[in-house]
Formats: sequence, structure tokens, C-alpha cells
Amino acid sequence: MPERGRRIIPFPLPPALAATGLQVEGIRLEREGNALLDGTDLALSPHGISALMGPNGAGKTLLLRVIAGLETPEAGEVRMPAHMRGRVGLVFQRPVLLRRSLRGNLTHALRLARVPRQDRNDRLAELLELGQLDRIADRPARRLSGGEAQRLAIVRALARRPALLLVDEPTAHLDPRGAQAVEALLGRIARDGTKVVLVSHDTGQVSRIAAEVAFLHRGRCREVTPMPAFLSAPQSAEARAYLEGSILL
Amino acid sequence: MKRLLLALFLATPAMAQDNVVLVQSTTSTQNSGLYDAILPIAEEALGLDIRVVAVGTGQALQNAERCDGDMLIVHARDAEIAFVAAGFGTERQDLMYNDFVIVGPATDPAGIADAPDAATALGAIAAAAAPFASRGDDSGTHRKELSLWDGVADVAAASGTWYRETGSGMGATLNVAAGMGAYTLTDRATWLAFENRGDLAILFQGDPELFNQYGVIPVDPEHCPNVNINGAQAFTDWLVSEAGQQAIADYTLGGEQLFFPNAN
Amino acid sequence: MPEIGDSILTALGLIVSGDPDLIEIVLLSLRVSLTAVALAAMIGVPLGAALAVLRFPGRGALVLLVNALMGLPPVVVGLFVYLCLSATGPFGVFGLLYTPGAMIIAQTILVAPIIAALSRATLAEMAAEYDDTLRMLGASPTETIATLLWDARFALVTALLAGLGRALAEVGAVMLVGGNIDHVTRVMTTAIALETSRGALPMALGLGMVLLLLTLILNAAVIGLRARFEGPAHA
Repeated sequence: MPERGRRIIPFPLPPALAATGLQVEGIRLEREGNALLDGTDLALSPHGISALMGPNGAGKTLLLRVIAGLETPEAGEVRMPAHMRGRVGLVFQRPVLLRRSLRGNLTHALRLARVPRQDRNDRLAELLELGQLDRIADRPARRLSGGEAQRLAIVRALARRPALLLVDEPTAHLDPRGAQAVEALLGRIARDGTKVVLVSHDTGQVSRIAAEVAFLHRGRCREVTPMPAFLSAPQSAEARAYLEGSILL
Repeated sequence: MKRLLLALFLATPAMAQDNVVLVQSTTSTQNSGLYDAILPIAEEALGLDIRVVAVGTGQALQNAERCDGDMLIVHARDAEIAFVAAGFGTERQDLMYNDFVIVGPATDPAGIADAPDAATALGAIAAAAAPFASRGDDSGTHRKELSLWDGVADVAAASGTWYRETGSGMGATLNVAAGMGAYTLTDRATWLAFENRGDLAILFQGDPELFNQYGVIPVDPEHCPNVNINGAQAFTDWLVSEAGQQAIADYTLGGEQLFFPNAN
Repeated sequence: MPEIGDSILTALGLIVSGDPDLIEIVLLSLRVSLTAVALAAMIGVPLGAALAVLRFPGRGALVLLVNALMGLPPVVVGLFVYLCLSATGPFGVFGLLYTPGAMIIAQTILVAPIIAALSRATLAEMAAEYDDTLRMLGASPTETIATLLWDARFALVTALLAGLGRALAEVGAVMLVGGNIDHVTRVMTTAIALETSRGALPMALGLGMVLLLLTLILNAAVIGLRARFEGPAHA
């Protein structure tokens, strides 16, 4: 098996720059004896949007959870630059919205983020504006449309001013218009200086907003390749097969 | 939390207040409505707040022995004398009497109506294996009933067949008897006040054996320092006084007198 | 069954006439049971929340115990409280036996496990849903519990109502520790028991209907409040 143990050196980032981004080394995570992450290594650029692609079951969501600190791996470590540590936000594929109004969700997140009371209104207005949620701020969060709910979940994760925002398939259940609004929001967040890691199956979306793609297959990272090179000339056989649609699992 | 508990305690008058007298009583005196008639008169005359806990005589005696009452009004003479002899009560006095009657389905399947005495009547019920509802609760009425069965039939052996122990008060037992068409022994006062008679009627009465004597006993403060002996003694004295005895005699239901005062 | 018709008439008569004895009994029932539910909520809700959210040794056994206590017969609770409050019992010196205070204590013990068990079930389900999200939002364990309590508030009110229903309906405990003393500890259920033992079945059932009406009004009031605060547009 020629590809076993093969490490993909992130290209074209110069090593010095790569060292200041997010690095995942030798992560191993088991569930009931199965290694779902099997020595995952990758290094991502410190800026912009990086996409995490791969077939179902490749370990993308688990990897996000490890990076976010929700899972403790059996082996390996996640290294991030000092400014990111403790400032990681995660938006789940199916966001859990509190049983409150949209505004109530954001206010509570700001409270949990220890934002001083006198600053909360300003921050709230800022988040509402960013998510374009002003007009529906008083709606019960659980009555929002899929796109509105996803934007709320994303801006809610910004309450703690994360330096690294992990977003798991935010547009999987959205119509094209809803997806477009979410893409615009993620683009703006990245431009404002927050590193975004996005799990996506949508090559169109990846080509529109991501600067690089990390490709996962069976719990390992097969390559990290900048856009648009990844889509036109993937380096690993697995990524080629995936893009041709011949890998399902 | 502390304040709330404190409020709770303050809001609920404690038993040991000077003017509160707690009576552990048999149920017949309550079910028949006697207390509703005489307590207001006594409270007015004595300036007391008289509270009645009506349970079976057996439970009343036990509760009083645990010092959870200032006095007793019950009807089980031997047990009352033993209670005083054990040092739990100061003195037992006769208060009033009425009588027990045997009620049963008006058709009288065991044919007890013409029996010469209570023993013969019960013997006929046992012989016919006609359903008989027993209190089965160690109350005064239950004790009386057992003493009547003594030498007539082995009811312990028949329990669960025609002899059915309800383990409940007089009213509940009458409800059961009415429901299953059973015979039962009841004090006349409870019977007269009882409204759900259904098909039941008095079938046997008048045997001197069915005499039902009520007694009154203040709980001994030497045994229970917490009791309100002054209040209990005052109410006891009133009950056996001319005024109290008259009030008992005056209580009637449907024109019938329920209790006959007989204090010395 | 002519009794049913009679009892409806009796119930109507009692309500229309505003019988002062009935009002006294109803008010005492409400005072005892509402106080007991309030106290039981102070114990049961935090206990349920702790069992739902925190992980500590003995937690499983405690959950089992609380669920088992939920099925306690009222008369057993009554007997236990009676023995504790009896003049010769450990808490006899407070003189609480045969007072509304004793009834409140007994019903609190009866209702607290119900509220705890129902709160735990509600909050555990919600905690499973909220846990990761709240961790990512930076909530401490205390803040997690507070968030769950607030978001589950309407489900918790339902738990309190279940407790109130049990408190208002039980007779075994209040009869033993209250003594069913006229004008002092007589509540709806003990009055019903007394009327039944007098064979006054229409009156007993009439009182039962008043109790049912009372429970209906309380439930409707809570549902009304819920609709008002929650708003119509809530999934």
C-alpha cells in the first residue's frame, strides 16, 4: 500500500508561515475499536478560508470537534498560534438554537462570552447587522428558516470574538439563495481577520470562497492544496477519485 | 429558605397552645355529627379551641400513648381501664352510651331478625355463611364484635370467605356492606347518620350484650409533659357536667336521640 | 346511578352558595398544596438539574432512588412524617403534628421526588442537545444549568403542575399528619373521605367535582400564562 504513512507537505506556503497557522499532528481517535481519525496530519494557512473536503465518514466533523477541544484524541496534538488558543468557535451542521428569540440567542451568547453589560447592545447590533438579521431579531429562533438559523448560529459563534471559526457544512440543507448569503457572511468574517475552516461537499462553494483545500479520506489527510489547483489538479489518487465522483465512502 | 420555614412555623399554631385541646376520638362520635353539635357550646362556655382527630379507638389509644393528644373519647372499656392503669391517663369516666345493632340486607338471608340474642343471630350468619363485613381495624366496634363472636364461630378461620375484614372505619365498612349485601355490626349513632344505606336495614337489636359505653380520659401529664392538662380537664369536667350531659342528650337526628349521657 | 346527578347538583349548590366552610376548605387545600409544591420545587428542580447535568459518583443510584420515591404511597409518607412529628418523635418539640405545617411537610416529601424526577428527565434531554453548543459558547457548569432551567421553564412548570396535582389529590398523608380537624386541618380530600365515611356520597362526589374544577382552573391558568409569555410562534 504505497500511500500509507505518506505525508503531504503543505504547498505553496513557506514553512515559516505554515508554522504560524493551524497544525494537526498525528491525531488518532477511536470509537469502539475503530480508528476514525488514524494519524491525521495537516497544516493550514493562518488566514482566509480553508476548506475541509472528503467523502462521508472521512472524519471531517470529528476533526473539527478535536480542533475545538470537544473530543480528546488518543494520540497526536493540535497546535495553533497563540492568538487562536482558547478563541475557537464551532458552528455545527445542525445548529442548536436556544429556545429564545433570535435576539435572546445573541444576548445570551454575549453574556456567556463575558461581554460587559454596557457593551452588549453595541455588539448585539454589530452581530445582527453582520448576519443581516436586524429585521427578524424578535422572532423565536426555532421558527427561523434554514438560512436564517445558520446565519444566526454563525454570528452567535462570533460573540466570543474567535480567532478561529470552524463551520461544519453550513449550506448542506439550504437553497442556493440561502447558501449564497451564508457564503457572503463567511467571506466577510474571514476578511475581518478570523481564520475560517469550512467543511463542505460543494466544489462550487469551495471554488468561490476557499483559498485552500485539505482532503480527508479514511481518517487521514491526503493533501492540502491551494485553490484552484486542488480542483483542476488534485495530487492524491483519492481526491481525484472523489472529484470524479467515484468514491462514495 | 430559612425565612420561609420560619414563616411556615409561625403561620401554623402549635398544639401546645393554652386554649387548644386535642381530642383523640373514635369515629362514630364524629361521623354521627355529635361534635358539630356540642363542640361550639363547649368552646363558647370554656373559651377553648377543641380539635378532634377521629380515628378508630385502637389508633386513638395508641396516638394518646405517644402523647399526640390531650384527651380521649373512645369506647372500649377494658382497654380504657388498662390505659389508665398503665399510667397513660389520669382517670376514666363514663360519658354516655348507645347501642350496637346488626344491620344487613333487608331480605335477611340468614334469618337473624327473630333471634333471641346476639350470639344466636351471629350463629345464624355463620351457619348460612352469609357475607359479614368486619371492621378488622382494632377499633372499639371491632373489639366488641370479636367479643360477640367468641364461642359462636371461629371468624379468624373464616376470614376471606364469608367473613370479610375491611380494615376500615365504620362508614367505609357500611359502604362495603351496602355494596356487597353483607351483614355488619355498627353503633347506632353512625347508622342513623349514615346516608348510603342502600338495601341495608337494622335486623337485630336490643340484646344487653350490645350495650356501647363511651368513656372519657385526660392524658396523664406525668406520662406526657407536653399535654394541655388544664384544657383537657376543663373539657372533661364540662362533658360530665349537667351542661355537657344535656348537650349530648339534646343531639338528635331525624327525631332520634343518638347518645344517652350516663356520667356519674 | 342517581348519585351522579345528585352530586353535580350538590357541587353546583356548594359553588353557587359560596358556602363559607367550603371556601375555608378550598383555601386551606390551596395553601397547603401550593406551599408544599413551592418547597418541593426548591428541592426538586435543583436536584433534578444536578442529576441531569453533573457527573458524580453515586449519581446513577440517586436517579434510581428518586424515581423509586416517586411511587411512594402517600400513607407511607404520612406515617413517616407522623412518627417524626409525634410528641415522642424526634421533632415532636416543634408541636407541628395536626397542623397545616405538618401537612405541608408531608406533601413536600411526597412531591419533591416527582418534581426532581420529571425535571431530571426534561433537563437531561435538553442537556444532551445543548451541551456541545453551550461549551463552545463558553458556558460554565453553573451557566449551563441556568441556561437549561430557563429554556426548559415551561416543561418545568408542567412538572410542578404534576406535583400540584398529586398534592391536591392525595389523602393518605394529610389525613394522618393533619388529623382532618374541622376548621384547622380539613382539606378537600379529607373532607371527601369524611363525607364518604358518613355515607354522604353525593356530597363526597360533589366535593370531588369542586376539586376537579379547581385543578382545571389551575391548569388552564398555567397554560394561559405559558401562551402569553411564550408567544404563539414557538415550535
